[in-house]
Amino acid sequence: MSDNAPDIIRFEQVSHRYEVGQDILSDVSFTLARGELVFLTGPSGAGKSTFLKLAALLARPTRGKISVDGQPLDAIKRRHIPAYRRQFGMIFQNFNLLPDRNVFDNVSMPLLIRGHSGEDIGRRVRAALDAVGLRGKERAFPVTLSGGEQQRVGIARAVVAKPMLLLADEPTGNLDPQMAGEVMQLFMRFNEVGVSVLVATHSLGLISRLPYRILRLDQGDLGEVRPAVPPEVIAAAEAAGDA
Amino acid sequence: MSTSRRVAKQPSWFSRLALDHVRALSTTLAQLRSRPLGTLLTAFVLGITLALPAGLHALLRNLDGVGGGLQGSLRASLFLKNSVDDETGAQLAKRIGKRGGVGEARYISRDQALAEFKAHSGFGEALDILKDNPLPAVIVVTPDSRQPQAQAEALMKELATLPEVETAKLDQQWLQRLYAILALVQRVVLLITGLLALAVLVVVGNTIRLDIASRREEIVVLRLIGASNAFIRRPFLYTGLWYGLAGAVLGCLLVVGAGLALAEPAQALAGLYGDSISLQGLSFESVLAMFGVGIFLGWLGAFWTVSRHLSGIEPD
Repeated sequence: MSDNAPDIIRFEQVSHRYEVGQDILSDVSFTLARGELVFLTGPSGAGKSTFLKLAALLARPTRGKISVDGQPLDAIKRRHIPAYRRQFGMIFQNFNLLPDRNVFDNVSMPLLIRGHSGEDIGRRVRAALDAVGLRGKERAFPVTLSGGEQQRVGIARAVVAKPMLLLADEPTGNLDPQMAGEVMQLFMRFNEVGVSVLVATHSLGLISRLPYRILRLDQGDLGEVRPAVPPEVIAAAEAAGDA
Repeated sequence: MSTSRRVAKQPSWFSRLALDHVRALSTTLAQLRSRPLGTLLTAFVLGITLALPAGLHALLRNLDGVGGGLQGSLRASLFLKNSVDDETGAQLAKRIGKRGGVGEARYISRDQALAEFKAHSGFGEALDILKDNPLPAVIVVTPDSRQPQAQAEALMKELATLPEVETAKLDQQWLQRLYAILALVQRVVLLITGLLALAVLVVVGNTIRLDIASRREEIVVLRLIGASNAFIRRPFLYTGLWYGLAGAVLGCLLVVGAGLALAEPAQALAGLYGDSISLQGLSFESVLAMFGVGIFLGWLGAFWTVSRHLSGIEPD
């Protein structure tokens, strides 16, 4: 990780298509600056998930170049993909928690695969659960938690190893508006302390009042809905709207 | 949380690996103990599969022991030429007796032979009719019983070519047959052992395959959060290893149990042959071999399955 690399994620004219059919992404260029939070919107099937998959090396682009934290992804060999994925945290729409493990064991998994000692794991897991407001739920099993709580476990798992980047794919897709709001608040909190965040979501209503850059994918084309706006502007707009 | 990721105190490469292994060891053990019936059944199948060749091997060893015990009866009768007189014959017997590999060489003079024959054959009177003693002098040679069979045979053949010897009779055919049969049986046991080893691989492989299928979700999540192949594979390999170990323990118990069940009739049989041969159980080496083979086959079966099935499980 070198600090002089300006962008955390850089897409250069990236196209992707599956075996059959048309381009899911066509000629997409994009940068996520270090420490930035960006929302990626668009209708279902517009390629939001593919976009994140390419960044996570769950798929390779048909054309174009992607680099993350200065490393060109096409140079990463298959056997080095696990090590690459350990550099960021991922959050999923369906949470991807393991039902037969309690909260502590779910959150500690990224630390286990990194070979942390037991004492260290205990400390970091408690800190991560604290950060997402789930202190004291270590022994609970995922099924006993609400959707919002499960997603917060997912977020705790994504941040427990202190990654520089979070990738979230429809993190609020299965949540009611209040829980969705809480989850977005968490992303903002982590972003405030310097973590770069890319959130794919279609809940426009939820994010339009937040001061971050919003992009929109439609039929494979990426466009900017709105640049980042200062919070005062948002507040003023809301005041005007309420009046 | 900070952008410049804090450089944590990294444990050494070796202690990390050791920690990973200890963790895989204990989690897999806990997993197996959480479903004791299934584990026990698999271990039992493996136990029987391992016990069969081990038991057959022990049986062979016992038969071999019986053959070895009878090797004392491997004897050669060297019939001397009539031109050899008693004194020369007796000296020749002494010389032969001092050779390495010879247990005993006994000289039987022509007169002694005639006397023995008269006493035992029942042709006593008939022999009186003959003018001359028709029997030759004999040296009965018994090889040293500690010698391997092939060497004893070679020695006998060599003695048969001595100039004083008219003809030699090697009294060992039945023993050769016994050894030939044993060699055949040994080969059969080897074949069975090979097939059963394959069976162990298949049983472990299939069990691990089901295990992988039932933990597909977990494997996908582990891949998503960046677990290495070695990390994902390790618990399955240890599971195979545990199965092999449990199979070896059960297999040993089965063989020991069978040995106890057979001890009495075997003793009775040996008694009939007027022999004090007692049934030998598993040797320490066999027990060791069973554990080694069990653990290795368990690991190999798991490895074989894991390499075929794990790479197919990827996040979609």
